[in-house]
Amino acid sequence: MANPNAAGSNVAGPNAAGMTRRERYEAQKRRRGMVVAAISTLFVVVALVVLVPMTPGWEKVQKSFFNGAVLAKSFPKLLEAFKINIMIFAWSAPAIAILGLLIALARDVKSPALFPLKIFGAVFTDVFRGVPVILTVYLIGFGIPGLGLPRPWNSPYIWGSLALILTYSAYVAEIFRSGIDSVHHSQRSAALSLGLSERQVMRDVVLPQAIRNVVPSQMNMLIALQKDVSLLSFIGPVEIFRQAGVFKSLLANFTPYVGAALIFLIVTIPATRYADYLMARQSRERR
Amino acid sequence: MTKIFALAAVSCALMSSTALADGHCAAGKTLVDGKFTIATGNPAYYPWVMDDAPESGQGFEAAVAYAVAAEMGFAADDVVWVRSSFDEAIQPGAKNFDVNMQQYSITPERDEVVDFSLPYYSAPMAVLASPGAIDTAPTLAALKGLKWGAVGSTTAVSKLAEVVQPDSDLLLYGDNADVNAAMSANQIDAALFDLPTALFLSAVMIEGSKVIGQFAADAGDNLDQFGMLMEDGNPLKSCIDAAITSMNENGKLAAIEAEWLQNTTGVPLIK
Repeated sequence: MANPNAAGSNVAGPNAAGMTRRERYEAQKRRRGMVVAAISTLFVVVALVVLVPMTPGWEKVQKSFFNGAVLAKSFPKLLEAFKINIMIFAWSAPAIAILGLLIALARDVKSPALFPLKIFGAVFTDVFRGVPVILTVYLIGFGIPGLGLPRPWNSPYIWGSLALILTYSAYVAEIFRSGIDSVHHSQRSAALSLGLSERQVMRDVVLPQAIRNVVPSQMNMLIALQKDVSLLSFIGPVEIFRQAGVFKSLLANFTPYVGAALIFLIVTIPATRYADYLMARQSRERR
Repeated sequence: MTKIFALAAVSCALMSSTALADGHCAAGKTLVDGKFTIATGNPAYYPWVMDDAPESGQGFEAAVAYAVAAEMGFAADDVVWVRSSFDEAIQPGAKNFDVNMQQYSITPERDEVVDFSLPYYSAPMAVLASPGAIDTAPTLAALKGLKWGAVGSTTAVSKLAEVVQPDSDLLLYGDNADVNAAMSANQIDAALFDLPTALFLSAVMIEGSKVIGQFAADAGDNLDQFGMLMEDGNPLKSCIDAAITSMNENGKLAAIEAEWLQNTTGVPLIK
């Protein structure tokens, strides 16, 4: 057809008279929407900036949560302590990815002889997803070294990290499994009929697609892990959360926690945006 | 502000002379009129409060609390106990207690945010050594080489950093129980506590551990003085201070200390 608009009178599109009636209506609606959004945003911001400081307790709250002097005093040490978070994160994340993938594969085995492996995978995810992280950190962080391991093998860094790795691989395994399930069954059948072995099908056909599909979800796990590293402070390591707590106690002021939150945000906001971007790109590609 | 405070102090001093006759220097200044609300920890630890039951008046801080209340003219029945944490004590909003007693060390930084009563106890800091480290000599040089732990919310942390300066990184915990767990797991060699707490932990909680030394009490800021914590500008402060001063003078405080806190002699000084 030469003229696409000829298919029906209701289809919107440019014509000789400029915009259609519907387009004009929609443009007007959009403009109105933008004005309303701007006004309501302005209203909220003004309310926050003007009204909050007018509350009777604001001065006190400002002094104990947003205290510039305290922030300046504690910030360098908080940054220093954040290195411990990064360190624990850096060795936990790859271990989680590997263990999570292995657990997901264990739950997906088809051979009857390997059925115990399947049960193990199911029990593992059930247990470690079901128990609060902090409980696992305590149990493994104090419990296993309590069995009488010599130093340095009883370090809270090792066993605390293991607790994080176990808990997070349970979640990550489930995400991988959903990724594996999302690859259509016909692909497996097709690959098998081409003569590939089960192993090759998994390695060369299913996993490459499965992993790609779940990258955005796994980014969210990374962000969550980044924050949960702080739970290790309960069993000894002086990472940023504990360091902030020490300052809080010494200075009787909560500002160090706000400082720690800022440092976390500096790291997690770009990561979150990146995850959003990946997700948006993926949904665009799928359309 | 200082004017009001001075006025409050003067009126309180005037009233305390009548207080001996009919009771209430603190009249109208408490959270609930006629009641004296005291916060303690959850749980509250021996030997400060026995069996986590401050109402019994058993334990050093519980006994001091009832004695101070009596000094201010409150009957034992008028003392109300609540539980609170340090965080609740320093948060900027309204408090649910008149005073908070949980071995809070008085420091100038804390004093800017909250008010402290005069100290009701002065505790030296002491070193609790794990079973494997009880033979460590009580010298700074020997202590430096140990693996140290402490409760992260106490003044022990700054003391360790400034005085002991250990060779390896500190490990910090949320409460005494977690320090015990770390010591039992052999993750730390030594921990710093106030002396009564250290003695209690070594005697009751951690088998084989020992208090190997205490820091000299006269070494300036090594002395931990415990004060009752209250909201900044609380008008009760002058009443409580007057009560503690008189209890110091008539020996009541010393008697309570002798009754509830172990004999702390015999722990060597750290050189």
